[in-house]
Amino acid sequence: MKKYFALILTVFLVWSCTDNGPSGPDPDDFDREAILVNWADNIIIPAFTHFSETTAQLHTSAEDFSSAPTQQNLEELRNSWESAYLAFQHVSMFEMGEAMQLRFRDNLNIYPTDTTQINENIAEGNYNLELPSLNDSQGFPALDFLLNGLGENDAEILAHYTINADAENYQVYLTDLTDRIDSLTSQVLENWTSGYRDEFVSNSGNGANSSLDMMVNDYIYYYEKHLRAGKIGIPAGVFSGSPLSSHVEAYYSEGLSKALFNEALTASTNFFNGTHFEAEVDGQSLDDYLDYLNTMKDGADLTSMINSQFQTAREEAEGLNADFAAQVKNDNPKMLATYDELQRNVVNMKVDMLQALNINVDYVDADGD
Amino acid sequence: MLWSIIRFGANGWISKLYIEPNFHFSYLGFEWVQPLGEWTYLIFAICGFASIFVALGFKYRMSIIVFFLSFTYIELMDKTTYLNHYYFISILSFLMIFLPAHAYYSIDAWRDENLRSEEVPRWTIDSIKLLLGIVYFYAGLAKLNSDWLFEAMPLQIWLPAKYSIPLLGDLLQQTWTHYAFAWGGAIYDLTIPFLLLYKRTRIFAFALVIIFHVLTRVLFPIGMFPYIMIASALIFFDAGLHNKILAKISEWLNISKSAFDNGKFYQFPKTWLRKTSIGIITLFFILQLLIPFRYLLYPGELFWTEEGYRFSWRVMLMEKAGYANFKVVNPENGQRFYVDNTEFLTRFQEKQMSAQPDFILEYAHYLEDHYQQQGIDDPEIYVESYVALNGRRSQPYVDPEVDLTEIEPSLKHRTWLLSFNDEIKGL
Repeated sequence: MKKYFALILTVFLVWSCTDNGPSGPDPDDFDREAILVNWADNIIIPAFTHFSETTAQLHTSAEDFSSAPTQQNLEELRNSWESAYLAFQHVSMFEMGEAMQLRFRDNLNIYPTDTTQINENIAEGNYNLELPSLNDSQGFPALDFLLNGLGENDAEILAHYTINADAENYQVYLTDLTDRIDSLTSQVLENWTSGYRDEFVSNSGNGANSSLDMMVNDYIYYYEKHLRAGKIGIPAGVFSGSPLSSHVEAYYSEGLSKALFNEALTASTNFFNGTHFEAEVDGQSLDDYLDYLNTMKDGADLTSMINSQFQTAREEAEGLNADFAAQVKNDNPKMLATYDELQRNVVNMKVDMLQALNINVDYVDADGD
Repeated sequence: MLWSIIRFGANGWISKLYIEPNFHFSYLGFEWVQPLGEWTYLIFAICGFASIFVALGFKYRMSIIVFFLSFTYIELMDKTTYLNHYYFISILSFLMIFLPAHAYYSIDAWRDENLRSEEVPRWTIDSIKLLLGIVYFYAGLAKLNSDWLFEAMPLQIWLPAKYSIPLLGDLLQQTWTHYAFAWGGAIYDLTIPFLLLYKRTRIFAFALVIIFHVLTRVLFPIGMFPYIMIASALIFFDAGLHNKILAKISEWLNISKSAFDNGKFYQFPKTWLRKTSIGIITLFFILQLLIPFRYLLYPGELFWTEEGYRFSWRVMLMEKAGYANFKVVNPENGQRFYVDNTEFLTRFQEKQMSAQPDFILEYAHYLEDHYQQQGIDDPEIYVESYVALNGRRSQPYVDPEVDLTEIEPSLKHRTWLLSFNDEIKGL
């Protein structure tokens, strides 16, 4: 009550102080909730719905292959795996709610995968994929190894599922992995559609626990750690001093890594602009919010700077080999140049954008000094 | 003059302070600055008990010394969480070591008839008022700069983001609101000590104190500071009010307040003790008046270099965001690579480190040690860094050509920072 009274008094006080400062333009209040609605309804849920379809297909293909390990079924399984992996790039950044609880990204995409552990799991036939210690022997990278890395050629790979002494274990492990990907994805999607969406949208306040702050933090974290570092920087040896070709995403498929990167870059760009999933419709997002805030202080046009930097990074990456492992082995400077362009947007987003949006990095008392 | 007020003020903030550190545990994470371990809990516990003893006036001198030492130790443990209000509490408790705050309405006074006094020397109360006055007035002076007054920065960044506050949310989107808050805040800080001093404006001033601090509490994540300041401002009132408050408390707790009302005037037990106390307090205030101006000894823009920024009551003056990308070079084989900060720092630590030069340097030295253990004998460490200040575009911060391992942390002017491409006029 006291607080409330003080607030009312303050309003009067502020009214009476208006002579002190010049009156500026009077922009309409910006609707932040519209951003959350757009993210949830037009990007996150459609992307998870699509991804969930591809993981269901992946599991079906894996079951087909397990019951009949033929060359044709292997190729179909590879196609399903590839579609699902590409679709995953559109949901990987949304590590919140149920996805955060499950540590969704850790279960689906830790690479390089631990092949020793995979072989051990298969040989013993006894494993608990829910253990965090087995995160790096499952998900898409483990499937990559099982579908592309078991032998020099397809005949050798197929032999593991047919004439190998542990052939049955290979089949079971394969379908266990696809089953787990599919069921985790269903859980996350189910959570979004059965309540979390409303919770996400209605948490439209300000503060470190608001949806906007959390999402932007997660988004930048994803961009910096998983896209810039994981897909480009680490294989290029940015953090180790020498290139690490085996740390490329989809290492065994030899030629998918660039496509995965491009898909992830598209997803990041679309999220920033609020572009609807698989539709060229522009919705409310960070770009609009930055434009709105800019009308108040007349600063630099951050939106176009960030977008043109996304474009520059994309163009730089165009010259790269489809297989990043080959790229870092043969011509690493090009990979490093792509890294540098991605890096520039980290500065734009993490420094300029976060400051403009006044988003706190974590909840700690801090008064700006 | 009654000393009770100190106790009352102490009661107000100490109980809250005791709770607050619990909240902060999980954010401490600078293992390399000082291993925290389980012992940290003990320090907080000591600090908590000391604060309760101070509030009760039990073994006062010892308690306040222990409180000052333990609290300051906690504050020094992790620079990341530096806040002006922690500093305020540290120096206030230092000041209180030399004041007879236990002379009235305390366990010490109850047990010791010689100590028990209804009145204490005027200067002892006035010294607290002076400290509060310095805090406000210097905070007001610091606001007299072009960013604050003519750009309404950083309020223009902070306020629009508080859109969901009831009643005020929409108002905070208006440019004139930002200016009104900026000018109102500066005028408030500069005038409030005087308004509190004069009896005729005191009640009005105290109402302003409540409004101002409740508002800052609602708008900004500055923790307990508003409550501390509201409680502390009570010291400006005369003894009548405090007697009434204590009478109420006595009623609740069934304590005989009249036992303390002996009409005695407090005397320092020894003359040398009185003289030393006055001497130390005088020196203390001279330093307090001078320290905030030490930035004048450094060239360059204070907000940019932060040389002399802390401990100067510069509250809420800047929004600084940075990014620092560290490059490690092994001079033996020319191998070079970048550091993934998330390997070493939490997001909050990284944010604080990226925009503050002393943090950057300290982290660089930490990295030097780390990579020496990794087998690089004499690593060179460079940083590519960008900082955006008060809504300006980000610009390069640290000279990327400087090997930070060659620079020792010191109070000397930092020649390894690039210059600021703009000018902020004012104090």
